[in-house]
Amino acid sequence: MIKSKYMNPYLAGVLLGMVLLAAMFLSGRGLGASGGIKDTVVAVVGAVDKQHAMNTPYYSKYYQNGEHPLRNWLTLEIFGMVVGGFLSGALSHRLKFKIEKSPKISNRKRLLFAFLGGLFFVYGAQLARGCTSGAALSGMAVLSVAGFVTMAAIFGSAYFFAWFFRKLWI
Amino acid sequence: MGPISIISDFPEWLNMLIAFFIGIGFGFALEQAGFSSSRRLAGMFYGYDTTVIKVFFTAAIVALAGSQLLSFFGLLNLKLVFVNPYYVNSAILGGIIMGAGFIMGGYCPGTSISALSIGKIDAMIFLLGGMVGAFLFMETYPFIQAFAMENYKGNMRIDEWLGVSPGVFTLLLIIAAVAMFWIAELAEKKFSRPDITSDL
Repeated sequence: MIKSKYMNPYLAGVLLGMVLLAAMFLSGRGLGASGGIKDTVVAVVGAVDKQHAMNTPYYSKYYQNGEHPLRNWLTLEIFGMVVGGFLSGALSHRLKFKIEKSPKISNRKRLLFAFLGGLFFVYGAQLARGCTSGAALSGMAVLSVAGFVTMAAIFGSAYFFAWFFRKLWI
Repeated sequence: MGPISIISDFPEWLNMLIAFFIGIGFGFALEQAGFSSSRRLAGMFYGYDTTVIKVFFTAAIVALAGSQLLSFFGLLNLKLVFVNPYYVNSAILGGIIMGAGFIMGGYCPGTSISALSIGKIDAMIFLLGGMVGAFLFMETYPFIQAFAMENYKGNMRIDEWLGVSPGVFTLLLIIAAVAMFWIAELAEKKFSRPDITSDL
């Protein structure tokens, strides 16, 4: 089976940094991922129960002026991310449906913790107004104290909890 | 002069097109870095693969130094670039919750999108969990709003906080990053797990 190696991490870092710099130069903003996820949820809630969305402060601001929550910068960026990731995977022969996990755990266990991990992560990202991309990476690039604090809190916490969840990975 | 779309007042469709192309670059870079692999990302916290810190800090420094240079030559007005507001409580508690999610799920939101775009099923489930997390946040927001908004410090910048110039801070960050990269390379040897890394 042909399997290409990943890009050198420092080179990949330069590439990612150039993309972030391009976002700052072209649009005056950083990169983001969790914001687009939230917008999708706002759209779903609005489609299922418009009344609830209009009555709840956190949703209703997205429906002011008759705008649609999915027609914005972050959502388009996420569509692009899927295309970009797919192109990279195609170029490097990594397109394959699979559940990635340690051989010591079952598929069910991996997927359960993947679900919980996503739930925790995006909940925390809404609280902190951004995730690893929007708060930590983009925040650091503009010298925001919030960026550095969020980065330290994410990594510090993951190191702390790593011991409890070690059986999932090693 | 940048930010181009703000200064030139680009039409909506052009901004959306830029967002789409920035997204392509973002997703491509994450996937090439190997951030589409949860076991590779988790390696950061057990020492057997430290790609995360190398890519993350290199990217932050390139964007930081690059934007400072563009600003120095008058090509970018940094006053028009968004600076994340600092809500102390939210940043710390949010970060702690995110860290727990990171080690449980093996992804962050951006890397999960990169991973699902090449077919990782665990990443799709992570994203599904993420949507539930966003939903729970919005539903519970009224209960945590007071705590989340407390301790607000405005768009506080770290160079001003430390009382140094942006250039000096950038230099300090580069020195700190080089030290971390050196430790990271040592850690990869000490905690080496060829049985895992050969799989990725």
